[in-house]
Amino acid sequence: MVRALEKYIRPGVKSTPFCPGCGHGILMGLILRAVDESEMDMKKMLFVSGIGCAAWIPSPHYDGDTLHTLHGRALAFATGAKLFNPDLCVMVVSGDGDLSSIGGNHLIHAARRNLDIKVICANNMIYGMTGGQVASTTPKGARTATTGEGNPYRPFDLSRLVEAAGATYVAKYSVTQPVALIRSIKKALQHVGFSFIEVLSPCPTQYGRRNRIDRPEDMIRDLLQRCILEEEAKGLTEEERAERIITGEFVA
Amino acid sequence: MHYFSGNEAAAEGAIAAGCRFYAGYPITPSSELMERMAARLREVRGVFIQMEDEIASISAVLGASWAGAKAMTATSGPGFSLMQEAFGYAAFTETPCVVVDVQRAGPCTGQATRVGSGDIMQVHWGSHGDYQVIALSPWSVQEMYDFTLRAFNLSERYRVPTFVMAEEATGHLRETISIDEEVEVWDRKKETGGAPFGTKEADGVPPMPAFGEGERLAVTGSTHDPYGFRKTDDPKAHAILVERINEKILRQRREIIETESHFIDEAELVVIAYGFTARSSLYVVKQLRKEGLRVGFLRLKTLWPFPVEAVREATERAKKVFIPEMNRGQVAGEVEKYCRSEVVSFGQTNGEVIGPETIQEALRRMI
Repeated sequence: MVRALEKYIRPGVKSTPFCPGCGHGILMGLILRAVDESEMDMKKMLFVSGIGCAAWIPSPHYDGDTLHTLHGRALAFATGAKLFNPDLCVMVVSGDGDLSSIGGNHLIHAARRNLDIKVICANNMIYGMTGGQVASTTPKGARTATTGEGNPYRPFDLSRLVEAAGATYVAKYSVTQPVALIRSIKKALQHVGFSFIEVLSPCPTQYGRRNRIDRPEDMIRDLLQRCILEEEAKGLTEEERAERIITGEFVA
Repeated sequence: MHYFSGNEAAAEGAIAAGCRFYAGYPITPSSELMERMAARLREVRGVFIQMEDEIASISAVLGASWAGAKAMTATSGPGFSLMQEAFGYAAFTETPCVVVDVQRAGPCTGQATRVGSGDIMQVHWGSHGDYQVIALSPWSVQEMYDFTLRAFNLSERYRVPTFVMAEEATGHLRETISIDEEVEVWDRKKETGGAPFGTKEADGVPPMPAFGEGERLAVTGSTHDPYGFRKTDDPKAHAILVERINEKILRQRREIIETESHFIDEAELVVIAYGFTARSSLYVVKQLRKEGLRVGFLRLKTLWPFPVEAVREATERAKKVFIPEMNRGQVAGEVEKYCRSEVVSFGQTNGEVIGPETIQEALRRMI
């Protein structure tokens, strides 16, 4: 993180809590760049998170109001705060398990209500903090602490899920697409309505090492190769498409 | 004079206390309270939202509370069970909130439209870990109003989740009540730059600013220091915080606890009751007194913190203590901890209120 962004970090915070190679540190900086470029007033920003690694991106590190809640309930807490004080700019930053599994019901209902809440879902496709168990976003066949022979179930397509539920800004990017991601977060900050940005974030500690993508740079390289924009996917066969991760803005 | 159901009266008490946020989910027998709040909050320009479930409801209440609202929800049986984790969050993060639990006959779905009093232990011990709550037990429609109003004041004063432990019978009972034009209303104390989770003040209650006031609050349900920084492996930080959130309530219990007693002097047999059951209990005690029998009566208007001193005092000279309740002896077990007399628990769990004739019959057998 560059020195210019340090003013957004709460005094007393000395380091990030993330493992080496974790993508969440990159995302932590990218959100602040978007906040900075959008000239947001941190005194009016409320960052709400649930439980898990990604919930520690804002809490307590960001120097606005931070509300670190219960597992899965970030959106319900955020709903109460936003409804009572509409002047707050409410951003929820949490993980895939927190937002889409234990908190899945709140996610679809928050999208349905189209309240003005900005959601950044850091998707590392696994339960990181608890030791690498299968998530509702783990790809079919992937090995985890609870699926030693490969995940037998297909994952959620989160962007399409929240789109169907009624979200009015939906995008998906990887931390390896920083420029597009910052632009997208800035759009969400300006958008009035429910915004959802799914951010693919590598977890070498729990996901990579179990799935033969051993080194952090291998995970980054993998995302760089596989993440393409929807326009780039047009000429691909079904098989080629399945190998890729389609990113971009889906609802804008 | 006003003619209300208990559930309606509780809503009116909340509005009078300054409640301006309600989030809830329909459940029998508490739903009328939510419906009235939906209508009343529109009139006073507050915020009402029906959430997707009870967990979302209490979560939204806690989020709104930190945004500066006096906030509440109401529920019953299964909904109350679902909310337990968040009650622990409210206690640990010292978030004021009021919950009206219109108790019905459990366990499980049980009998949704019938009465019970089975949540007395759950309201204190339902979430994991050691914490305190305040729980009040109304016996009339008037007290549904008064106690809900008081619950807000207590919750704001001590920064603790506060419960009105109503019962289906009081929720649906209709009575006339009087409402004072001027009521005493407490607001949480604020302090610029203060520590929101630690204090040197004797009351142990830190100031609580709201989001958006420039205080850059850090709120977390993990163990935290006075400024809200997570302390996930510091034994001292954990011990200090757990002790304070418990002791701030226990040390000031005399200001919180309310009881009412009749004919305690020279009573050989003392009836201890609370909630709806206290109505028939007092009626019977008065009847037996007229016959010259040495029977006394203690009503617990506050259930938690438990009125230890009042129970000790009332039972000091009694040979026997009789406790009728619509559960299998939840308060009787608590009384046994503090009294040396013989405790006779009378639990009725058939979904019906305990009538005077039942209590009278049981008492006559004991005399």
